[in-house]
Amino acid sequence: MAYEDPWYDTSASGWGELDGAGMPAPAVPAARAEPGAAAARARDVYVEVQRSEAFQEVRGRYRRFVVPGVTAFLVWYVAYVVAATTAPRLMARPVVGAVNVGMLAGLGQFVTTFLFTWAYARHARLRRDRAALELRWDTQELARGAQGGNP
Amino acid sequence: MTGDHQTLALLLFSGFVAVTLAITTWVSRRRHGSAEEFYAGGRLFSPMENGFAIAGDYMSAASFLGISGLIALYGYDGLLYGVGFLVAWLVVLYLVAELVRNCGRFTLADVVAARMSERPVRIAAGASSVTVSVLYLVAQMVGAGSLVALLLGRTSGAAQAWTVIGVGALMVIYVSLGGMRATTWIQIVKAVLLLSGTVVLTVLVLLRFHGDVDRLLLTAAERSGQGRAFLAPGLKYGGDWNSRLDFVSLGLALVLGTAGLPHILSRFYTVPTARAARRSVVWSIGLIGGFYLMTIVLGFGAAAVVGPRAVRGSNAAGNTAVPLLALDLGGGAGSTGGTVLFAVVAAVAFATILAVVAGITLASSASVAHDLYASLRRRHGKHRSEVAVARWAAAGIGVVAIGLGLLARDLNVAFLVGLAFAVAASANLPVLLYSLFWRGFTTRGAVWAVYGGLLPAIGLVLLSPVVSGSPESLFPGVDFQYFPLENPGIVSIPLGFLAGWLGTVTSDEVPDEAGYAETEVRSLTGAGAV
Repeated sequence: MAYEDPWYDTSASGWGELDGAGMPAPAVPAARAEPGAAAARARDVYVEVQRSEAFQEVRGRYRRFVVPGVTAFLVWYVAYVVAATTAPRLMARPVVGAVNVGMLAGLGQFVTTFLFTWAYARHARLRRDRAALELRWDTQELARGAQGGNP
Repeated sequence: MTGDHQTLALLLFSGFVAVTLAITTWVSRRRHGSAEEFYAGGRLFSPMENGFAIAGDYMSAASFLGISGLIALYGYDGLLYGVGFLVAWLVVLYLVAELVRNCGRFTLADVVAARMSERPVRIAAGASSVTVSVLYLVAQMVGAGSLVALLLGRTSGAAQAWTVIGVGALMVIYVSLGGMRATTWIQIVKAVLLLSGTVVLTVLVLLRFHGDVDRLLLTAAERSGQGRAFLAPGLKYGGDWNSRLDFVSLGLALVLGTAGLPHILSRFYTVPTARAARRSVVWSIGLIGGFYLMTIVLGFGAAAVVGPRAVRGSNAAGNTAVPLLALDLGGGAGSTGGTVLFAVVAAVAFATILAVVAGITLASSASVAHDLYASLRRRHGKHRSEVAVARWAAAGIGVVAIGLGLLARDLNVAFLVGLAFAVAASANLPVLLYSLFWRGFTTRGAVWAVYGGLLPAIGLVLLSPVVSGSPESLFPGVDFQYFPLENPGIVSIPLGFLAGWLGTVTSDEVPDEAGYAETEVRSLTGAGAV
């Protein structure tokens, strides 16, 4: 990734480009980069992107979905295992025919796993993918500009 | 079991070996020898292909024969396993798959070492990955040996030993010649075979009961001699509080361990993007969920059709429940249908073991070459190509696995799979999650998190009843048992997280802000992903 080409004209790539998400244009080096400084600037690009509003929004959407999701399915699973081992009476209570509470809870785990999977895939597709892809190209553009070479 | 079963099963199995070797040869003729090719199959698999391969890597013979056998013997309690194995995939999907695809290259250590001082972290993560893989591998090798004894009726020690050697030799050939591309195709072939076999048996069971699941369950309960208790938890894990706590511990290890298994993590690098990694996990959750649902039907079916007494008579652990069920569904012993179905089940079980060991061998050879060798070799020594080292590492791991498999041949090693999950959850998961989500995580924290989970997990097992102090232990003659549980997860997983936190807050190293920014941006956007 750290490919430095001293003859590469930095001003031809990524100069003054806005990322389209309201982020100010980054400071792009004016001339050829020395190797060490180029790597340092490439790292600055990531800090800059991390502080950008667009990235904060993507990260917020990811965390706001994932944190409650993980909490919910882990609590539900642990509750199921603990109930199965400590309260077999409750689990043995019949519901319909041969089916008892334990059977319903076990099948419920399967059903909720499929539902959680569907919800995550849908959320990622509709709420994150496009924004993340735009950020990806912008970040790579900036990094390329900062490094003064094709990564 | 008559000679017909054995001949047909051997023929079918030889067919599978021939096909897989043909795949390996075909793939290795077009290889370029790059690391990208060897570890990640060129990263060009489609989500569906990778989803089948993940399912192939994950559905071991222990699930196919073991879970349905447990259900046939103990009813509901066997089902608890399947639920744990499935729910674990939500952890992978939500927290690991996409992020790991975005910021790693080939192994777990790539993700962790990116923002740390590379050498100690790589050595730690590599060592724990190899440990997990070897534990899992030995369990599969020993399983292969006893499967031969069970299914082919050849109980002689020599047949078991040659099976272990044969399985080891084949997996080394697949991996060192074919790399990730051959291994992936073998997983796909095996997943299709295993799923088709399971679907056929499930349909036959349901047909036998005219689609009436209620009657299937009631018949199973009736034949078990336990009545309604067979359909509720408690027959296996409902004893004293010790065994209940032990099951909760195992449940935690199962659900948190999958996300730390090296051979599962390496599968995400075989697809081009994080989005493809997500879609392959969605595929695999569908396939794995369907598979475990069917094993439940097969387990209760075996209890209803064959009966727990006959199952226990054939194998005390219940591992022959599905083959016996197949024999009965096909028309009984001596009939053509029964012979064919039995042989198919036996061959599918072998294929399953073979494919799973190949996947694990590949992942551990990647850890040895990419993490351990790359960090430990002398700086100015002779530079060998990493892929060449990985091929030799695969052979070395094969030899170690064969050796351990032969030594452990007569031991009850079923606990090794649970242990592999416990080590993965205690040593690999904390360091992975901390590196992805904790800004202040430091090198010392990473190293402590790995060793702080790995050492307690191994140590507690050495002090547990599986090693000494009870008639079923590995060394029944001696007693140095101080830890009451068979699975260390409930203690060692929190210890792994605790050690990582402690190592971080006590180190005077300033956390690398820019490094974390890079990890965070890359993991969520895919910028700079290879």
